[in-house]
Amino acid sequence: MNMVNGIFMDFNKLKERLTALALIEEVPATPPAAPAKGEEEQPPAEPAAPVSRPAASETDYPVRGFHLDVKVAADSVVAAATILDEEGFFLEAVTGVDWIKDKELEVVYDYTIWQPTCRVVIRTRLNREAPEVPTISEVCPGANWHERETHDFFGIKFSGHPDLTPLLLPEDADFHPLLKDFQV
Amino acid sequence: MSHPLPINNQESFVLNLGPQHPATHGVLRVKLTMDGEYIMHAEPVLGYIHRMHEKMGENRTWAQFMPNTGRMDYLSALSFNHCYAALVEKAMGIEVPERAEYLRVITVELNRISSHLVWFGAFILDLGGFSPLLYAFDDREHILDLLESVTGSRLTYCYFRFGGLYNDIDENFVDGTREFIKTMRERLPMYHNLVTKNIILIKRIKDIGPISKETIRKYGATGPVARGSGIDYDIRKNEPYSIYPEFDFDIPVYTECDSMARYMVRMDEIEQSMRIIEQALDKLPEGPIMAPKVPKILKPPKGDYYQAVESARGSLGMRAVSDGTNKAYRLKVRSPTFSNLSLFSEVSEGMLLPDALALMGSLDLVIPEIDR
Repeated sequence: MNMVNGIFMDFNKLKERLTALALIEEVPATPPAAPAKGEEEQPPAEPAAPVSRPAASETDYPVRGFHLDVKVAADSVVAAATILDEEGFFLEAVTGVDWIKDKELEVVYDYTIWQPTCRVVIRTRLNREAPEVPTISEVCPGANWHERETHDFFGIKFSGHPDLTPLLLPEDADFHPLLKDFQV
Repeated sequence: MSHPLPINNQESFVLNLGPQHPATHGVLRVKLTMDGEYIMHAEPVLGYIHRMHEKMGENRTWAQFMPNTGRMDYLSALSFNHCYAALVEKAMGIEVPERAEYLRVITVELNRISSHLVWFGAFILDLGGFSPLLYAFDDREHILDLLESVTGSRLTYCYFRFGGLYNDIDENFVDGTREFIKTMRERLPMYHNLVTKNIILIKRIKDIGPISKETIRKYGATGPVARGSGIDYDIRKNEPYSIYPEFDFDIPVYTECDSMARYMVRMDEIEQSMRIIEQALDKLPEGPIMAPKVPKILKPPKGDYYQAVESARGSLGMRAVSDGTNKAYRLKVRSPTFSNLSLFSEVSEGMLLPDALALMGSLDLVIPEIDR
């Protein structure tokens, strides 16, 4: 398959390939319906056992702005990047989110494709104390700067990255301003 | 032209281009390792005007961040306004009145023309031609006057509001815009006669700095840079937002991949933007310019949201993470030239220095937008 002109046709195939990489998450079973008006309050039923499923979901594009949202383990981001690269996608941006209450840092990769309209989000959660994730800059050279920027702002280490010196911050910066505990 | 001989590492030297250099359009520094006139390696050094807008996004309410959006890309600030407004409207489920959408498109397209005019002048200036800049600024002045009359500012616009706009247009704006389009249609052939067909320009940019489709994709380059490499990708068509589907316009695409192709894409886009503005003025509906019930305190539902628009330089994206409070939990700005510049290092390898400057000019860099 010619990757450059490869027109991505099969959303379901892509979803399947990425779902295979996704983390397994536990979601609560369908919540019990609220009691109708006038009805006597029922004693709460035994909570149903949570359901396990891969953390890959189609999202509501008009509301959220992307089609597919996949949570993966940190060591699967390169595999995800490879799959998307093979399907003709390109990387829009890499960024982080500091979930300080969960003691976790999230890395978010935004991918899209020229034709047709399809946006895919790959995300992974890292331990806030030692955030480390493999670089995808070998698959997408464009990720080089995005990862450097994310390292600047969050202190996330992209292992295997060729050069993690500050890109936007001063060259001697030893702080990470987008961490929630950074004082302005 | 590429380096004809194996590069001799013994005699290389380092050349600092910038951070204050007329050809870098602001404070961009490029560390060049040179072998004579040939570039062995180019390393852009960024961050001289980094202001951490994304942190400001977390410290201000959703509405307070709007003025920041006008201060990243000083040449097409309205696209940033548009992206942020559309992002928050999407998250809040706010419907924008039709008239406001039309006015958004008219002003954004005017802003796109003014941005391309500055690029046109500055690009030729990079190559050593001074007078086209004066012509371009003359035309741009009309646009700035028009936009000033409705938005109140000339450069760092803060014209959009969640659910609509700050100000309605009047008859003078409509007449002035039609007058401008008429003048610009007379000026464009002159530009082509004076500049596009100029043999010096052709020798300087034809076949210079070819960027392959694959390089474009690997680096995530978008906008006129991608369209100059034969990629038919424009957010206005591929991921329609606002009321762009209502209008009949073309996306100029050139397949030559060189600096000339990128030049032609932007020149053609000026005409296409004028077509959009004309149609929008013809069809402009009456009605309110603000949605009736926009809450004073915005608290978008928890979750993350992404919005992309086509700025003058390419695909501009904003990603917001809301935790349900009146401030963004995280606000990421994906600026198009950040990705467009990242391919410079690879493409410029082996090029003559003056050719690399022509390539850099054809990327249409706006440094505050890269540094944010």
